[in-house]
Amino acid sequence: MNTSIIEARPDFAAIAAWIPQGSSVLDLGCGDGSLLRYLRETREVRGYGVEINERKLATCIANGVNVIHSDLDAGLADFEDQSFDFVILSQTLQATRHTEALMKEIVRVGREGIISFPNFGHWKNRLQIMQGHMPVSKILPYQWYDTPNVHLCTLNDFELLCDHVGIRILGRHVMNDSGDVYLLPNLRGNMAVYRFKRAG
Amino acid sequence: MSGSVGIVSAQRATFEEPLHFSCGKVLPRYELVYETYGTLNADKSNAILICHALSGHHHVAGSYADDSKNIGWWDNMIGPGKPVDTDKFFVIGLNNLGGCHGSTGPSSIDPATGKQYGSSFPMVTVEDWVHAQARLADLLGIKQFAAIIGGSLGGMQAMQWSITYPERVRNVLAIATAPHLTTENIAFNDVARNAILTDPDFHGGDFYLHGVVPKRGLRLARMLGHITYLSDDAMAGKFGRGLRSGEYKYGYNIEFEVESYLRYQGDKFAAYFDANTYLLMTKALDYFDPAQHTEHNLARAFAGVRANFLVVSFSSDWRFSPDRSREIVKALLHNKRNVSYAEVASQHGHDSFLMQDEQYFAVMRNYLQRVAEETR
Repeated sequence: MNTSIIEARPDFAAIAAWIPQGSSVLDLGCGDGSLLRYLRETREVRGYGVEINERKLATCIANGVNVIHSDLDAGLADFEDQSFDFVILSQTLQATRHTEALMKEIVRVGREGIISFPNFGHWKNRLQIMQGHMPVSKILPYQWYDTPNVHLCTLNDFELLCDHVGIRILGRHVMNDSGDVYLLPNLRGNMAVYRFKRAG
Repeated sequence: MSGSVGIVSAQRATFEEPLHFSCGKVLPRYELVYETYGTLNADKSNAILICHALSGHHHVAGSYADDSKNIGWWDNMIGPGKPVDTDKFFVIGLNNLGGCHGSTGPSSIDPATGKQYGSSFPMVTVEDWVHAQARLADLLGIKQFAAIIGGSLGGMQAMQWSITYPERVRNVLAIATAPHLTTENIAFNDVARNAILTDPDFHGGDFYLHGVVPKRGLRLARMLGHITYLSDDAMAGKFGRGLRSGEYKYGYNIEFEVESYLRYQGDKFAAYFDANTYLLMTKALDYFDPAQHTEHNLARAFAGVRANFLVVSFSSDWRFSPDRSREIVKALLHNKRNVSYAEVASQHGHDSFLMQDEQYFAVMRNYLQRVAEETR
């Protein structure tokens, strides 16, 4: 499973690289639980997933993952302050409605947050807009009229939001289909993973 | 691929060791009737206990050789290839103390007097039931259950097991239940009880001696209860404003379809259920509150819990609403217990937990599949 998962989700390995063995993890929008399963198998993490889609709950359970059926946009009221080493939001930020409030919740519940999201500033997206169309790509596979993504952003935008809500960025990992990106990340990266905590 | 456990038969266990009840009373001896399905493995680690709700009993799955239409109340959930898979698990259903389906209860003969216990039967609590269930487990040689499963009042027993005997249960499946009843729930129960208590045929609980049954009260209690187990949408969908004869008759006989249904359900129930058992069951519901010993802090009440939990609620269940299940989840999260929670979209109100539903059954099946793998 691990190999295929890592091929399908390059952000998983980047997320795992930041997580020490035995950490406690809350995975928001955990889908079928494959990240938590991967982290359990490679990092022996313990934790929970949060998922709103009823159909994915049974798959999480089959994956041996604790899953809490809940709507992220309703907040994380079930979870106590600083109760997890890491709160993860992988490829879900862009689909959340109350994004700013959720960012604050992540650093309330987690000692650190890790977020991966598609970079809307990637040059291929910019090119499609210059050609007069909303971008559609492997990472953003939806047409504008049926997309769940309501809050797309660029790396620069995300960093501004972090600053705005009092979040200090601890690390950034930008990648594209060819691998890691260091030069001109907001232009050349199509995926970013950030690690952060509450400032002060 | 999934089937019935087939022909089953009830068994009876007699306990001579006195049981001390929360209320202070003692039963010197008592009997429990139970059924089992599947095979207990060599190390006796694959047992599942099914705890019943208000009107349930030990006949959980299968049917009887001499009564093929009498199918267990949770037969859709339990059997070979079903979510509670009897090819993998040894499943036990029992009738709780105070019941009216064979276990010692108010309608049983008190050997000390030769008459029915009636009003002298001890008030039972969920904790009392769990103690009695533990003795049945002892008798069957089961030191630790793979899982204890219950809906509604049954879910309360499953939870209580994890508190009272944390080392004796690996998994709790708490379905459509609550950490304690709401005020509104207690109020509904009190109206139901009053219907029975004020029936002239009740005779303070000793109606057996008078050769009568407080049917009118029991019938009303059931009608009221039944309304609260359904949802407005479910009732509207099933009956609407439909009239039996198609027009108003301007009288108090049955006119609306829903009246016909409720009266039928009430009559059916009053014909076989014991009024004292109904009173006891509703009081057990009212009294259940594990946080009463921990300054109403449920997380602290769960501090000693070791079991993994699956908590399931139903969107249209207003008597045991999803919010109540979330209180359980939150208290388990505080204690860093393994817990999964599913709120199933359903139209059937509290009764949803007895209905077949794809998502509900998938969650139950997959959870118990993991339990089976860990048991092997």
